[in-house]
Amino acid sequence: MANESMAKDEWPLYEIFIRARSGLDHKHVGSVHATDARMAIEHARDLYTRRQEGVSIWAVRSSDIVASDPADSDALFEPARDKVYRHPTFYDIPDEVKTL
Amino acid sequence: MYTQGLDQHGKPIESQQATTPELEARFLAKIDAEEKIEPKDWMPEAYRQTLLRQMSQHAHSEIVGMLPEGNWLSRAPSLRRKAILIAKVQDEGGHGAYLYSAAETLGQSRDQMLEDLLAARARYSSIFNYPTPTWADVGAIGWLVDGAAIMNQIPLCRCSYGPYARAMVRICKEESFHQRQGYEIMMHLARGTPEQRQMAQGALNRWWWPSLMMFGPPDAASKHTAQAVRWKIKRFTNDELRQKFVDVTVPQADFIDLKVPDPQLRWDEATRHYGFGEIDWAEFNEVLRGNGPCNRERLAARRDAHESGRWVREAAAAYASKQRQRTERAA
Repeated sequence: MANESMAKDEWPLYEIFIRARSGLDHKHVGSVHATDARMAIEHARDLYTRRQEGVSIWAVRSSDIVASDPADSDALFEPARDKVYRHPTFYDIPDEVKTL
Repeated sequence: MYTQGLDQHGKPIESQQATTPELEARFLAKIDAEEKIEPKDWMPEAYRQTLLRQMSQHAHSEIVGMLPEGNWLSRAPSLRRKAILIAKVQDEGGHGAYLYSAAETLGQSRDQMLEDLLAARARYSSIFNYPTPTWADVGAIGWLVDGAAIMNQIPLCRCSYGPYARAMVRICKEESFHQRQGYEIMMHLARGTPEQRQMAQGALNRWWWPSLMMFGPPDAASKHTAQAVRWKIKRFTNDELRQKFVDVTVPQADFIDLKVPDPQLRWDEATRHYGFGEIDWAEFNEVLRGNGPCNRERLAARRDAHESGRWVREAAAAYASKQRQRTERAA
């Protein structure tokens, strides 16, 4: 039966993201196990906002997160490595020129 | 601190799995460069197992640690103290949850960790096997036990495994209120009636030596320290942290005129450290073996809680299942 298998198996894992104050991004703070979305939000509230550190909570099923493979990091991020001219410090502008 | 008995039971830490020398060299280079290892990064199997054991035991310690002080929630001397103690115990539950979350990233389910705890296969910090016979014990725990934990946890904020380090940062922020809460209790009792002073002194007498034991066996007897230091799981040795703890805590006791129960305690001007007496390691080992004052009681309480909560877990799962089926049918 569905209930028994859920009790025996783990409750699904949710990754939790909290926006601490308006103006800031949601930041990953950890995870909770919950049976459904509402419980995930309430558990996240109990666990991650005890000291008023949250105005907004996102809960995402861990299984829904797509992540890049660290083994592929070199190849995946290689295009940026030889484009140092994307940084402002690459450009030599004389000191006399202001606001540049 | 949370690796007590790591060498005494369970699978051997040294893995039989073949490791590519190149992968291992890259791993060590990252460690040396103070880079963090994240969940999906390659790591030696022994590193994974060591961390899994340590982190899950740390989590278990937080949950079991709710019990000694939980004993006083219904007996706190004032509403203010009760509310504060509830907040502290809630925090400990939260710390356990952060640590289980972090430990799960290493590939073991929380259910498996809980099963290991309830079957007495997994350990938790020895300190929580001692009773809390008086209100002053609540103060002593906050001051000394949380104090020792902080001493251990601050360097762990720089541990090489990302999720553990981040959990430690969060925990340390919350832990300092715990220690202040405990010291404030001791301060009020020490400055109170003669009976209150006596109660505070009694608690200090009971908790001093077990708190020193929290830091684990002496370095010479600690087989895994070298490897843990190499992998930056451990940033300071047991003896180093223990010495630090004594050095900062003795002046705190002096300030409220409480006497540390160690006739050999003396300030050494040459080394600028406190010399202290021999720890009774026989007692420590007995407690690890399951023969401390409250080992059986603590485990029974956890088993009871798990059993009593079974209907809640099943009801929650059944409700969620029903809701899902309804949504599917409506779709």
